Amino acid sequence: MSTIEAASGTGIDTTRTVIAASARTRTPFLQTPAGRYVPPVIVFVGFLALWTAVSTLLLAPSKRFLLPSPLAVAQEFVNPKTMATIGAGTVQTVVMSLTGVAIAIVLGVSWGVAMSQARWVERSLFPYAVVLQSIPILALVPLVGFWFGYEFTARVIICVLIALFPMVSNTLFGLQAVPKAQRELFQLQRASRWTMLWKLEMPTALPAIFAGMRISAGLSVVGAIVGDFYFRRGTPGLGSAIAVYQSRLQSAELFAAIIVASLVGVVIFELFGVLSRLAVGRWYESTGH
Amino acid sequence: MPDTLTTPKPLIDFSGIGITYPGGVTALEGIDLEVRRGEFVAVVGPSGCGKSTLLRIASGLEVPTTGAVSLTTDHIGFVFQDATLLPWRDVLGNVELLAELNQVGRTRRRETAMAAIGLVGLEGFEHQLPRALSGGMKMRASLARALTLDPELFLFDEPFGALDEITRWNLNDEVMRLFMVKRFAGLLITHSISEAVYLSTTVVVMSGRPGRVIDVIDNPLPMPRRADVRYTAEFTDLTGRVSAALEKGHH
Repeated sequence: MSTIEAASGTGIDTTRTVIAASARTRTPFLQTPAGRYVPPVIVFVGFLALWTAVSTLLLAPSKRFLLPSPLAVAQEFVNPKTMATIGAGTVQTVVMSLTGVAIAIVLGVSWGVAMSQARWVERSLFPYAVVLQSIPILALVPLVGFWFGYEFTARVIICVLIALFPMVSNTLFGLQAVPKAQRELFQLQRASRWTMLWKLEMPTALPAIFAGMRISAGLSVVGAIVGDFYFRRGTPGLGSAIAVYQSRLQSAELFAAIIVASLVGVVIFELFGVLSRLAVGRWYESTGH
Repeated sequence: MPDTLTTPKPLIDFSGIGITYPGGVTALEGIDLEVRRGEFVAVVGPSGCGKSTLLRIASGLEVPTTGAVSLTTDHIGFVFQDATLLPWRDVLGNVELLAELNQVGRTRRRETAMAAIGLVGLEGFEHQLPRALSGGMKMRASLARALTLDPELFLFDEPFGALDEITRWNLNDEVMRLFMVKRFAGLLITHSISEAVYLSTTVVVMSGRPGRVIDVIDNPLPMPRRADVRYTAEFTDLTGRVSAALEKGHH
């Protein structure tokens, strides 16, 4: 209605319409690049301020080890001794988690593919994937130590145990997500089961498999740190560093190690996100980012 | 290839086809139907009457519980309700798929695919992914893919049902043109009476479940037809007859 008025009305009306239109086409702040980064940064700064306040104003100096100030934690990041320990631990943890997730990917995809090939295999094997998922992993850690020692192998096994299920389930559901008509398209040409798997089912499942990899990679980092934390032997990873700092009440170092451990998790998760976009982003419209 | 309108032997011959599912539901009963080269048979019927099942039986995707189908060709093109393109392959890759599954060599299948893409008017879109195509263009790619088999028998399973009317008419003309060039035997399942009359040489009307053939209506309108044939008295008369037969089948 307002358009008709503007078109047939006075010049003032028309001008107002033009202004309104241009105002409407301006990008809202939250959708601009600055709009994406400014709000989380404000939250972060607020969080640091609160943290500093609690640490310096609320806690008596004798109790400050419970929550060292952000500045004290930041100083650890330029402390060569702390950084040497955390740096070596990070390398160890990254190597362990990546080894674990690589093994989990190979095992999980094979397990999923095997189950997709025959109903009876799925019936026989899927319950165990669920059991694997349901066992509290901490309960298994001592057992793994018993059987495989306390070194690299045992820790990688923990990573695999914790990271395996998402690979199994995502592979299976991805392979089963092939639309019926596409399956029939292949059947009409008498495609072999192998051809169906390689040319239809695997490509269909790839986005789900990559989504599984991201979850598994994150979990594998958790596994590496848990294994470390519990075993405290062999080459120390980040988990060992955390355990040591905790026992010595070196809380600033402890916080630094926790922050680095979180960063390792985030970076590895994102790494698989990038891999996923490179592999299937061209054709797969992801709902995530 | 014989240029006469029909060959003596039908390419596909259904005799006494019936299908009853394990649950006891009878989808089709006593279907006799044959399609010869140069014939275009359109099957219309209420939804759920089993008309799509008929195509699935023709292509071997389903097996009838009674009766027999005899096929005298293995060059069968099947066009699905959806375009069923593989989203990770571009248009060319999708059109090449069937030849690839039949172990045709790379050079040969590229040639066949390019020719088919030309036939459906998709030149210049060879390297587009399906996600970049409109519904009508996806369907064209799907037609091109079926064309690479050089089908003698072309089965269409409600292929244009999901498209808007203008796109649908364009694709009807496309199929008409392909039919004039290739002179295949066509078997089209459709909901649309107008589409059935526009494309066919014979309209078969089916009843509701269990699906039976209740009327076979010859379509004498000369081929090729143009869009404006839809406004002629003969066309209206034919759609009226198909419509009346459908009504009758409902009661």
